[in-house]
Amino acid sequence: MTAVAKSTAHSVVEASPRGKAVAGTIVILYALIAILPLLWIAATAFKSQSDAIAYPPKVIFQPTLEGYVNLFTVRTRQTREFIANLPPATTWYDRLVRNHDMVIAGPSKVVPRFINSLVIGFGSTFLAVLLGTLAAYAFSRFRIPLADDLLFFILSTRMMPPVAVAIPIYLMYRQLNLTDTKIGMILLYTAVNVSLAVWLLKGFIDEIPREYEEAALVDGYTRLQALRKVVLPQAVTGIAATAIFCLIFSWNEYAFAVLLTSGDAQTMPPFIPFIIGEGGQDWPAVAAATTLFVIPIVLFTILLRRHLLRGITFGAVRK
Amino acid sequence: MTAIIHPDASADRMAAQARRGAAKRVHGLSDRSIAWLFVAPTIVLLLAINIFPLIWMIRLSFTSLNLSMSYLPLRFVGLENYSDILTDDDVWFRLQTTARFVICSVALQVVIGFGLALLINRQFRSHSFWTTIILLPMMLSPAVVGNFWTLLFQPQIGPFNYVIGLFTGIPPSSFSMTGEVALAPWTIVLVDSWMWAPYVMLICLAGLRSIPDYIYEAAEVDRASAWRQFWSITLPMVMPFLMLAVLFRAIENFKMFDMVNLLTSGGPGSTTELVSITLKRAAFEKWRTGYSSALAIILFVTVFGAANIYVKALNRVKQR
Repeated sequence: MTAVAKSTAHSVVEASPRGKAVAGTIVILYALIAILPLLWIAATAFKSQSDAIAYPPKVIFQPTLEGYVNLFTVRTRQTREFIANLPPATTWYDRLVRNHDMVIAGPSKVVPRFINSLVIGFGSTFLAVLLGTLAAYAFSRFRIPLADDLLFFILSTRMMPPVAVAIPIYLMYRQLNLTDTKIGMILLYTAVNVSLAVWLLKGFIDEIPREYEEAALVDGYTRLQALRKVVLPQAVTGIAATAIFCLIFSWNEYAFAVLLTSGDAQTMPPFIPFIIGEGGQDWPAVAAATTLFVIPIVLFTILLRRHLLRGITFGAVRK
Repeated sequence: MTAIIHPDASADRMAAQARRGAAKRVHGLSDRSIAWLFVAPTIVLLLAINIFPLIWMIRLSFTSLNLSMSYLPLRFVGLENYSDILTDDDVWFRLQTTARFVICSVALQVVIGFGLALLINRQFRSHSFWTTIILLPMMLSPAVVGNFWTLLFQPQIGPFNYVIGLFTGIPPSSFSMTGEVALAPWTIVLVDSWMWAPYVMLICLAGLRSIPDYIYEAAEVDRASAWRQFWSITLPMVMPFLMLAVLFRAIENFKMFDMVNLLTSGGPGSTTELVSITLKRAAFEKWRTGYSSALAIILFVTVFGAANIYVKALNRVKQR
């Protein structure tokens, strides 16, 4: 009897070996097709200009670092005689560029743009997580009048289309001299991220039993000490996950960046499509930039796997 | 005197006193004031960056402000901008384009996402590794990736057309995914679904895992067919999760700007001109600030209203 019951249960809850094999094949096939575009980007970064736009598209090619060199430099075309008269190239990238009758004229703007992305990303993440942690703790532990309405208000600020938000922000920043400044972008991204931070962190803090804090309060800790020494250490994974989500948002954001920045505070997403060479987009350089831009996100995604679901649903689904 | 003789001890005592004092003062902060102190910065920031600009925008929506002609005095025109927008066939056409995009892409994402979730839930070997691979596209920047798809879709040199040609025999240079009126609307649906089907998948997977095994065991005892089990157990139990995914995707796609702006920038003609792109053109190319403020407010009210209705429906499903 029990053996029969057991085997029935087994067949119900777990798929048959054949069912598993079929499911596995389809899913793996989908996954392979889905990452092909990403692999194509990574491969294009190592192609020469002509290989990148060859017909038929080249799968096997002679790898070169031209794309990466072009990404980081500005070059000018020169005559062969001019190049022959120059002192000999000292570095491998000088030589690579000179093979194409070009001379490196200086560094490109990619490094400052990358630094902008980092500064704005980390700045807004730090502020959003700081404000978010405080607010989430208050919402989780204290009775706040109209708490639900306030929480909904905080979330609703995120429902606005970014282009719509950008119109008054543009006017306001013009008055305050904040257009195209890092501080302006940090404040804007903080405002967008803080809604996510409050909602996610409230979920994480709700899960920490109140008893720990109450014990600490009885032991003579103040509220703030209890927060610092009891709650925060337990919320640290949640805070880290939230921070990564905020960082990814700021890192990927395009609409505000393209509408409100043009130079000094421009981040990578509006910059990458405008990496142009002679005659249109310099695809290997664009691919190189895209690869460098995407790698940290891929690593973070793997790191975040367990919290991904919470992050993308504002903590509504927790597993 | 003692202070001079035993400086260390007195310092200790004073420090202890100071600590007690500080503790008292912090104790003096009631929970209520801590609560407000903690919530206030967030609310102030949102008021400054979201609400104040929103109110300003409402005011501007009643004016004829045009930033390219800002020397003109600010003229209040009442509801003129709103009536202009609501009677403009072009705007309605863009809204239809947007609605078609939202419906088609969300539907496709639900089909792919739910299908994948059902398959992954069979827990074949190494399923968690492949799940992570599938999730990658949705974490990437839509702008940066959308930009790159323009290379993949190049008629002559793009690998997408080449592969399609390989399987169907259609010459790769005979069609352009981003340049043809008949294809471009489907192209943005395709790329959007490539990015976001994993999103629906992840949420559905959570729904499937929330169904306790004993329900299926009971159904098996009752000899319910697999088909029957799917319709009367799996689907109803996953429904709240699925609806949540649809809500989030519909709002996000209604706001869609970045990927489409870089992939087709609304073209060819205006076949993929979503309403966000119309708004960007009115506000940041024609600089019609009054008009575009009114359009922005109409959009916001639409999203907000639709989301509210949907959340109510969602709650009803959850309660069932």
